[in-house]
Amino acid sequence: MVDIPTSVGDVVPPAEVADVELYHPKSWWTKYVFSQDAKIIAVQYAVTAFSIGFVALVLSWLIRLQLGFPGYFSFIDADHYYQFITMHGMIMVIYLLTALFLGGFGNYLIPLMVGARDMVFPYANMLSYWLYLLAVIVLVAGFFAPGGPTGAGWTLYPPQALTSGTPGGRDWGIILMLSSLIIFIIGFTMGGLNYVVTVLQGRARGMTLMRMPLTVWGIFTATVMALLAFPALFVAAVMMLFDRLLGTSFFMPAIVEMGEQLKSEGGSPILFQHLFWFFGHPEVYIVALPAFGIVSDLISTHARKNIFGYRMMVWAIVIIGALSFVVWAHHMYVSGMNPNFGFFFATTTLIIAVPTAIKVYNWVLTLWRGDIHLTLPMLFAIGFIVTFLNGGLTGLFLGNVVVDVPLSDTMFVVAHFHMVMGVAPIMVVFGAIYHWYPKVTGRMLDEVLGRIHFWITFVGAYAIFFPMHYVGLVGVPRRYFELGDTVFIPPSVHTLNMFISVAALIVGAAQLVFLFNLVWSLFSGRQAGGNPWRATTLEWQTPQTPPAHGNWGKDLPIVYRWAYDYSVPGAPEDFIPQNQPPMAGLSRAPA
Amino acid sequence: MVVVLVLVLIVVGSVAFHLFSPWWWTPIASNWTYIDNTIIITFWITGIVFVAVVSFMAYCIYRFRHRPGNRAAYEPENKRLEWWLAGSTALGVGAMLAPGLVVWHQFVTVPADAGEIEVVGQQWLWNFRLPGADGKLGRADNRAVSADNPLGVIRNDPAGLDDIIISGGELHLLIGKPIRVHLRSIDVVHDFYVPEFRAKMDMIPGSVTYFWFTPTRTGTFEVLCAELCGVGHPQMRGTVVVDEADAYQAWLAQQQTFSQLMAAVEPAK
Repeated sequence: MVDIPTSVGDVVPPAEVADVELYHPKSWWTKYVFSQDAKIIAVQYAVTAFSIGFVALVLSWLIRLQLGFPGYFSFIDADHYYQFITMHGMIMVIYLLTALFLGGFGNYLIPLMVGARDMVFPYANMLSYWLYLLAVIVLVAGFFAPGGPTGAGWTLYPPQALTSGTPGGRDWGIILMLSSLIIFIIGFTMGGLNYVVTVLQGRARGMTLMRMPLTVWGIFTATVMALLAFPALFVAAVMMLFDRLLGTSFFMPAIVEMGEQLKSEGGSPILFQHLFWFFGHPEVYIVALPAFGIVSDLISTHARKNIFGYRMMVWAIVIIGALSFVVWAHHMYVSGMNPNFGFFFATTTLIIAVPTAIKVYNWVLTLWRGDIHLTLPMLFAIGFIVTFLNGGLTGLFLGNVVVDVPLSDTMFVVAHFHMVMGVAPIMVVFGAIYHWYPKVTGRMLDEVLGRIHFWITFVGAYAIFFPMHYVGLVGVPRRYFELGDTVFIPPSVHTLNMFISVAALIVGAAQLVFLFNLVWSLFSGRQAGGNPWRATTLEWQTPQTPPAHGNWGKDLPIVYRWAYDYSVPGAPEDFIPQNQPPMAGLSRAPA
Repeated sequence: MVVVLVLVLIVVGSVAFHLFSPWWWTPIASNWTYIDNTIIITFWITGIVFVAVVSFMAYCIYRFRHRPGNRAAYEPENKRLEWWLAGSTALGVGAMLAPGLVVWHQFVTVPADAGEIEVVGQQWLWNFRLPGADGKLGRADNRAVSADNPLGVIRNDPAGLDDIIISGGELHLLIGKPIRVHLRSIDVVHDFYVPEFRAKMDMIPGSVTYFWFTPTRTGTFEVLCAELCGVGHPQMRGTVVVDEADAYQAWLAQQQTFSQLMAAVEPAK
């Protein structure tokens, strides 16, 4: 399995296609604004995602203020509360995490890591960003529209999403939300085609699929999934928009709204749930798989050790991606769907735990017998393993259909998905930024500010969401604006809620430290050089840092080895870049 | 080594939190102790895995931290170890899935001697219907809902005439008798949730869904809605009272049937 190159001819096939003449931007506008360079598009995606993500972060503070101190803040009434939780959820999942991992990290890292000059469809790539920005603007317009944004919950279940009892239901809110999603999906299809085709067709000579870093495998698989899953959300959004604007009855049965018989008839609310979750479950893996890939590269680089079990890691990513399409109804165990589906979906859901667990073991086994440098990327990777393990394990409770019955729609679910999808991938986002910021800017992020950021975020986020599981175990429901005097809920739960809210505000404040670090280091960060982490992957081997347009100068790189030649016995350094030709007499037979 | 210490504290702290926390499920009042037991099994298995993996990771970070002159081992893969880990995980997963599916089979199989009741949810209150003397619930439809007929019972169905209607009030149940709960909604998706009963299910307008349980202790229990149904969702509360036989019969005798309610509304007919 491991490459043992003996001569160049063995490992590097000839070029299949001549190096394409890259477009060149002609004006300031086409160089920096309507740029077709994936690196600039990546930064545009990242800045937009972080900006809207910051809005969602502030919304989370408002949510926690209400839950910890109910009734103290008069401007947080029931309508506003439901609008806050809806926008918080939708922004975080789609407009921040998906956009950042695929549009941000995907655009920056894929061409560089596979040895290409750019994405294969640069013009469509540029358009994809501007559609994403338009989608964000339409989403934000909801805050300013009459009636405000929709308060239907990020899951937007009909019929309530379209009725007067829900904010935005009979107003602009739901229209803007659905329109924004439709625009987002169109843009993401353009971007997605770029990522997939560039990985399949744009790799440099010698870069076989099994020599690609796991970061690329994660983002690639996630993009394939996105191209297959987003259409389900697209059609659901279009159908719901038709129900709202044209009076159709895709999802609307005969119902009585506030005493009045509506004209709708024959529609199926549960159809929406199937469509939504057919998208929604792969979506959470679309967020998770890039994180899995990235964290593998962070751990191996900073422990100076090849990722343990690379082949299994690749297979695990692909299998998780495929299986994620057959588990969706575990979000619907108590939806009233045919109960026999529960047997099937519980089984597939618990099966998916196996390749996921293998990945966790392999990350830890990479640390075993490593040479671990506790740099900021490594610290965040460790934080990821702990929180992902916790969140993944609580998923086993919820996936086991009958256990889900009492726990569904309680704070246990909220704790689970925040830990596994909020905290863990965000640990990877931060680790990845501390890791690649030097490549993007040529400067290192400040170490002291970074450590403050790490410790408060890691310990604080655990302190927020671990106890929250127990609030759910008591039976406290989710999406409750206030608990009132509910007999089975002891006063100690309210105390716990206060503690969680205070922790949330502290963790929120720590993010401001990170934001400051990002900007300050641009001007005052230590000069990084081309490869400060002494990493093997191609993006660190560019002739200039930050990489210039076209990435590689006159000659594309040639790849001779896999991405994990760290601490190779007998080698002069503890890493060998992927584009370094084979050295005579070097044996890398596994010990 | 701060990282190692924090990881150990997280392990110890999490286990201690679980063992000593006052936040545990509310005492059960139904037959579904099997669900509680499956949760306990799951806590054991996941707890052991969490402690083992995080502790091992803490050990690795301590033992293999960088020191000058150190070099990492070079070991791309270890097929035996990987397959052994995969196999043990599959076993552990199976150990949770198997009892889970056995109990789910019980959950979806309504006992032959179960009684029937109906819960009708609407924004933002609960109504109930009992089958009355003939033991059958009459047909109902949202199109028949009106101010006088909030549950939408169809008037020309004879089976519905003796149905007992409880509007927005208190449902009583007989202790020890298994009961199939039919669930309907006249407007949006709701969920009938009594934490002490453990079992719950959504109600979808246009459909009839169900679950079953047996009340096992007397008491008064609060009903909460467990599916977001608009801004009144947290205020959508009801009450279920579980009675011994005498108290239950006394309560039943006081309830009004559908035909009595219709007669009160239209005295001339």
